[in-house]
Amino acid sequence: MSPEPFLGQSDPAPVRHHILSVLVENKAGVLARIAGLFARRGFNIYSLAVAPAEGNARFSRVTIVVDAQSAPLEQIVAQLDKLVNVVEITDLAPQDAVERELLLATLPVDSATRADVLEVAAHTGASIVDVNATSVTVMLAGTPGACDRLERALEVFSDVALQRTGRVALPRLGQTANA
Amino acid sequence: MQLTGAQALIKSLEREGVDTIFGLPGGAILPVYDPILDSSIRHILVRHEQGAGHMAEGYALATGKPGVAMVTSGPGATNIVTPIGNAHMDSTPLVVITGQVATAAIGSDAFQECDITGITMGITKHNFLIQSAHEIPRVVASAFYLATTGRPGPVLIDLPKDISQSTMEWWYPETIEELDLPGYQPEIPLDNDALALAVELISRSERPVLYVGGGTLKSRASAELLVFAERTKMPVVTTLMARGAFPDSHEQHLGMPGMHGMYSAVTALQKSDLLISLGARFDDRVTGQLSSFAADAKIIHVDIDRAEFNKVRRADVAMQTNVAIALRALDEARATPQNLDVWWKEIRTWQERYPLVYDEPSTDGPLRPQHVIEAIARAASPGTIVAAGVGQHQMWASQYWQFEEPGTWVNSGGAGTMGFGVPAAIGAKVGRPDRTVWCIDGDGCFQMTAQELVTARSEGIPIKVAILNNAYLGMVRQWQEMFYEERYSEVYLSADLPDYVKWAEAMGCVGLRAHTLEEMHAVIAQANQINDVPVVIDFRTDSSEKVFPMVASGASNDDIMVHPLLRGGAQ
Repeated sequence: MSPEPFLGQSDPAPVRHHILSVLVENKAGVLARIAGLFARRGFNIYSLAVAPAEGNARFSRVTIVVDAQSAPLEQIVAQLDKLVNVVEITDLAPQDAVERELLLATLPVDSATRADVLEVAAHTGASIVDVNATSVTVMLAGTPGACDRLERALEVFSDVALQRTGRVALPRLGQTANA
Repeated sequence: MQLTGAQALIKSLEREGVDTIFGLPGGAILPVYDPILDSSIRHILVRHEQGAGHMAEGYALATGKPGVAMVTSGPGATNIVTPIGNAHMDSTPLVVITGQVATAAIGSDAFQECDITGITMGITKHNFLIQSAHEIPRVVASAFYLATTGRPGPVLIDLPKDISQSTMEWWYPETIEELDLPGYQPEIPLDNDALALAVELISRSERPVLYVGGGTLKSRASAELLVFAERTKMPVVTTLMARGAFPDSHEQHLGMPGMHGMYSAVTALQKSDLLISLGARFDDRVTGQLSSFAADAKIIHVDIDRAEFNKVRRADVAMQTNVAIALRALDEARATPQNLDVWWKEIRTWQERYPLVYDEPSTDGPLRPQHVIEAIARAASPGTIVAAGVGQHQMWASQYWQFEEPGTWVNSGGAGTMGFGVPAAIGAKVGRPDRTVWCIDGDGCFQMTAQELVTARSEGIPIKVAILNNAYLGMVRQWQEMFYEERYSEVYLSADLPDYVKWAEAMGCVGLRAHTLEEMHAVIAQANQINDVPVVIDFRTDSSEKVFPMVASGASNDDIMVHPLLRGGAQ
């Protein structure tokens, strides 16, 4: 995997990432098979999200954002497709996909900074999901770009604990995906 | 019918038509060894688990059927990792069963526990950790289906001890659907557009070459290849993995391409305008420097595995199918190149100018390794199977043995596994007891796995082993001589230590030795008379002998070095 997480400055000049929406059998070790394949073939993963697919206990959907410059996308897809537990791969070019990501951040606050945090949250569309006397946790579910903007806005605060999920994606309606 | 998991496993193997298991028992696999006593399946008790794996590979390569090996957990399992990796590189169908500690102990660092499914994830086509006795039949049937269809390969089944001891109601899947493999579709319909494009490229070609790889043997496409090649008059090269796919005696056959390939085969690929790759994968040992490999050639790439397309070399036409189907379709479409007379004239010039040569052997020795191989080949019965280890002797065996049919060449290609020869020869002989099996081995390789000759003797598997004993790790020595200014680092082994004759005798084999030409002919004749026990011959060969032709690692195939006897004049 890439040593650097994708903090994707919202408009990287040439688009070099691709989103693979991979339907897999929900079996032990499937994620290790995928991660192992990427590692041994030298393919880079920017982000990865896994969850049961379509309410079906038999399958999971893995959304992988891949660096299509670390290897040709065709080769990544072909190798992935050889994994016996991989059922279907949908390759989503960023312009053809609806992408969302979730960001959680907990910030230490005092009477002086509490208002600033609330203001940043209000401006970026983040919501306050937890709060106590000394901290605030904000959440944003949005496009990767929106998450990037919130992350940058939070940089002015110190001791921020921040976690992003990696993106999930589905084909944009009215577009055809390349299976 | 209630069976234990162990009984269900053996019964499942019987259902898959398994006649031989190569293995070695231990704690975690112990329950499975009990029903073997009541089974029709022959179990061959090896002396090291690596031997079991290579025997299963040799069996598979000689018969075309999947090889089966069974070992215990922990070190038993890790000892068979090398053969699994080897089979993965060479797409050899293998089913490997490993014992595992009881389900409740998994993850606790129990005695002889190891995560063998994790370890082999990258070197198996697929692997299974069995979760219940009920699923044993489905997993075994799936393992054989996966190992033998599509691009073949090794499949591992890890069986926890408590599951082999628990009971299940016997059943067996009758259809592919029951295997429940929703992500696996080995049959891909032929793409007619690709076929039409291939026919067109062929029709325009003036300098085509059929670049035949191991996939041609795996698809059992030799008959189709012969028909297509003879009708189109195209020259044929067979890679190290494809030796035997096309008769060496055929006038259209240029031999093996690659680092130690025939000058004509290497050069024909370089100068061609169309490569028809049949189950080959543009390995670096074939292409040499990639940027200058067959620079003017269009590529028709036939492979069952689409991940091979454009992995190394961009294909102009990719046909994802098995080689037999592709060749039949191309033939039915009457794909025909231009007149090839000029091309053949050029090829014949290379063949005449740069044949395989070696220095005249002296009567008193040391022997020339190439000459030894030729002498064994001349005295061998037709259809003899040849296994090899890895190194100089392997290249000479591939160069100097005449392979006429599939399944007669058993070697380690992609992985280059030293020590492959002896156990692989044993496995081949088990699979084809009607055939003579020679192992052409090096002294370095022999020392890695020779103990399996004890297995061969005790199980009555009479193979013949020719050690080309040059007292060195010869291929490394060759590189040090040529590329490291003759600074020989850690390559000397001694011709006399061990004493190969005594060692052979200690293992219950006949041990013979030859220093001179006269002795060489005598021991070969003697070995051919012995058909009840294994024979080992220590041939004392010249240490300075090198494999030619040679394309240096990373060099262009245009810079192929021929044997010194052929140098001078145009080169």
